[in-house]
Amino acid sequence: MSSVKTSLKEKKGLKGTLLGLVRQQIFIPIAALLLLVLFNLIVDPSFFAISLSENSAGDPVLSGYLITILDNASELAILAIGMTLVTAASGGQDISVGATIAIAGSVVLRVLCGTNSRPETLQAPIIVAFLVCCVVAMLFGAFNGVLVAYFKIQPMVATLILYTAGRSIAAWINNNELPIISEPSFGYFGNFIPGIPVPTPVFIAIACMVVIALALKFTNLGLYSQSVGINPHSSRLNGIDPAFIKFITYVILGLCVAVAGFIKVSRFSTINYSVVAKDIEMDAILAVALGGNALSGGKFNMGASILGAYVIQFLTTTLFKFNVDSSALPAYKAVVVILLVVLSAPVAREKLSNFWKKLAPAKAAKEAN
Amino acid sequence: MQEGAVLEMRGICKYFPGVRALQDVDFTLREGEIHALMGENGAGKSTLIKVLTGVHVKDGGEIFLKGTEGPVHIKSPQDAQNAGISTVYQEITLCPNLTVAENMFIGRTKGGFTNWRYINKRAGEILRSLEIPAAPTQQLGSCSIAVQQMVAIARAVDMECKVLILDEPTSSLDEQEVAKLFKLMLDLKAKGVGIIFVTHFLEQVYEVCDRITVLRDGGLVGEYVIEDLPRVQLVAKMLGKELDDLADIKGDQPAYTEEDRGEPVLEAHQLASTAGIKPFDFAIYKGEVNGFTGLLGSGRSECVRAIFGADRTTGGTVRMDGKEVRIRKPLDAMKLGIGYLPEDRKQDGIVGDLSVRENIILALQVMKGFFHPFSRAQAEAFADEYIKLLEIKTASSDTPIKSLSGGNQQKVILARWLLTNPKYLILDEPTRGIDIGTKIEIQKLVLKLAAEGKSVTFISSEIDEMLRTCSRLIVMRDRKVVGELGGSDLAQDKIMQTIAGGESAS
Repeated sequence: MSSVKTSLKEKKGLKGTLLGLVRQQIFIPIAALLLLVLFNLIVDPSFFAISLSENSAGDPVLSGYLITILDNASELAILAIGMTLVTAASGGQDISVGATIAIAGSVVLRVLCGTNSRPETLQAPIIVAFLVCCVVAMLFGAFNGVLVAYFKIQPMVATLILYTAGRSIAAWINNNELPIISEPSFGYFGNFIPGIPVPTPVFIAIACMVVIALALKFTNLGLYSQSVGINPHSSRLNGIDPAFIKFITYVILGLCVAVAGFIKVSRFSTINYSVVAKDIEMDAILAVALGGNALSGGKFNMGASILGAYVIQFLTTTLFKFNVDSSALPAYKAVVVILLVVLSAPVAREKLSNFWKKLAPAKAAKEAN
Repeated sequence: MQEGAVLEMRGICKYFPGVRALQDVDFTLREGEIHALMGENGAGKSTLIKVLTGVHVKDGGEIFLKGTEGPVHIKSPQDAQNAGISTVYQEITLCPNLTVAENMFIGRTKGGFTNWRYINKRAGEILRSLEIPAAPTQQLGSCSIAVQQMVAIARAVDMECKVLILDEPTSSLDEQEVAKLFKLMLDLKAKGVGIIFVTHFLEQVYEVCDRITVLRDGGLVGEYVIEDLPRVQLVAKMLGKELDDLADIKGDQPAYTEEDRGEPVLEAHQLASTAGIKPFDFAIYKGEVNGFTGLLGSGRSECVRAIFGADRTTGGTVRMDGKEVRIRKPLDAMKLGIGYLPEDRKQDGIVGDLSVRENIILALQVMKGFFHPFSRAQAEAFADEYIKLLEIKTASSDTPIKSLSGGNQQKVILARWLLTNPKYLILDEPTRGIDIGTKIEIQKLVLKLAAEGKSVTFISSEIDEMLRTCSRLIVMRDRKVVGELGGSDLAQDKIMQTIAGGESAS
């Protein structure tokens, strides 16, 4: 009898923690991820197989769907970091990131190739190309930031300018040519470093996460951007400069764009201005929303956003695996996204947690019998 | 149900996580009566109203309405409206860009077609019958706040309500407007409507109400006929203690003479700002409490905003401890040791979604710098210290500040500035819209700070309060400083005279 009682108590404790988890913001991306994992486990467990095989260069590398997901989600996860900050501080989103990735990538190629579009040797060290690309992308971010923070233009309208013009600027930087880099070491950043079986973008993404985690811990970036997003008036009266904080988040997003753009061109050692990183801004915004962050700004959870990015890539890869036609992919994705977004809406979560509560006594009664 | 009652609530209970918001509360409203619902912030007034209007679902108890058999179930504001319960909130919830008539009938037309002529005619009739000075086709936004408030009431009345709830309707009205509103309430009372009147103003309660129900800490204290409950008793019941506290605070501040007050802590000369005040001179001394007084819109807040750098200054000089300083933005002022509690708590004070802890440390954190965040433990220690010191009622320091009651939010903002240990603290209407208990606490705190050698500028619309705390008053009229009163001049009639500008003291 007593053992039954204690087991019941434990159940309640478990229920309590479950309930607590449901209320947590990070619950939605975790739940979405678990659902996708479960689906794949049931339909085809081989989805999770990871094997060591040789790539075209003859190096042993890990391969499998999970590796693909981790690899391909890197750019999105990096962008989600910047997008979360922009969303929190300015209460709006930057829709120009896809186009500015094209610019960033184009700059990298221009610096590496010089005027020759098929150079035998690199015209500049890769690190220089990367730094120039960072500066340029941050300048474009600053352009967006000035429009939003100082001219008080709605973020979506302000960034629409570069969304429209970005890809032609990218093409113009290289005189509309498509440079190709033959130097293999440039490809390391988007593929594999010889001898290391894990794709390099995974490491770059992790590095970015570490940097942002440190920045959030050792500076007031989080407090300031949330405070500005929630109440700019009162932030100003407490000595914060709301316009500058908004501005700086766009510059940070610019830096994220530079890193993502660099990975993108490194993957193929070339660029296609009209296709590279197409629609990635929507996925980045979606990652923020999936993370349960209000798109109207204010409080944010960085971890949840990043997890959201991986969920989106997980979904995309799952759909690819089931041979969904690439032209039909967005439609399938949309269906899943609707489900996830509805689930993450506070209204739905309130219902869910009530349902959970109702379930608890019923179950307890059953067990007592 | 009792004879003549339109509404009876019995044993109402409501719980929020960790808080007992209402416990076994009874409330009876009779036909044709104005019934005041009194209590301090957090006593459960708002929760009771929200239960009645379907915003919150009650956890226990029953509600009976006249003309309905058995208890009624109110699950949404729509249910409440259909049952004849109408509410007019403190903040006007109508649409200022629609006309008066549109506002009165919005959401109540059937089908997709609207007979505008009928609506305008009907609205005109109602407005006339209630003697509300507004035309049906006038834009609501062009009416004064009082008239907007009345239109909201007219809308409620036309929905044939039996119970009308007025939640702090007078807080943004001036005296004449209040008088108009009261006339309207008395008219409605004569028509048999039961009115629940929620307010912080004791005078107003005694002016129009028939009965008072007092709540404290989520429980019912009692229901009283107004004649049986003198003011002092009412306050004592609301506070749950005898009222010696009020008498404690007296104007026994040191009277400064020209010689012994020494160098001013802050001195402004011909200061002017973009907010459009006439250039003014100002000085405050160590350990002094002074205040700006004047009618609403006379420029009191604009003066202190100019000092703090909240509005851009356009001229004049400021000296602190004798040294000339430039205050371009709030951070400059903060670094000089000035704190500023703004007039509009919601818009300029709190950062709603952030926790109580983050709200408390915000100013000090900003002063410490972007690259030097407080550790979690340090922040928690600060927050806990001030939550205890100011007796802030909150579930934890992690609770979002927006879920606290008004008075407690104000204490958090106070804590924020006290934490920065300012030399000079500006408090602009720190006691507006908060309960008497907290008001007294804040007044005492101001005097304590002054005794510790800090300087405080205190602004309040209530002259009593200014007289109790300030040793010098700067009087403003039409955005201009028109006089300065101190010592024996500090009396209600003298201040009134100066504000009105009869025989000016300057």
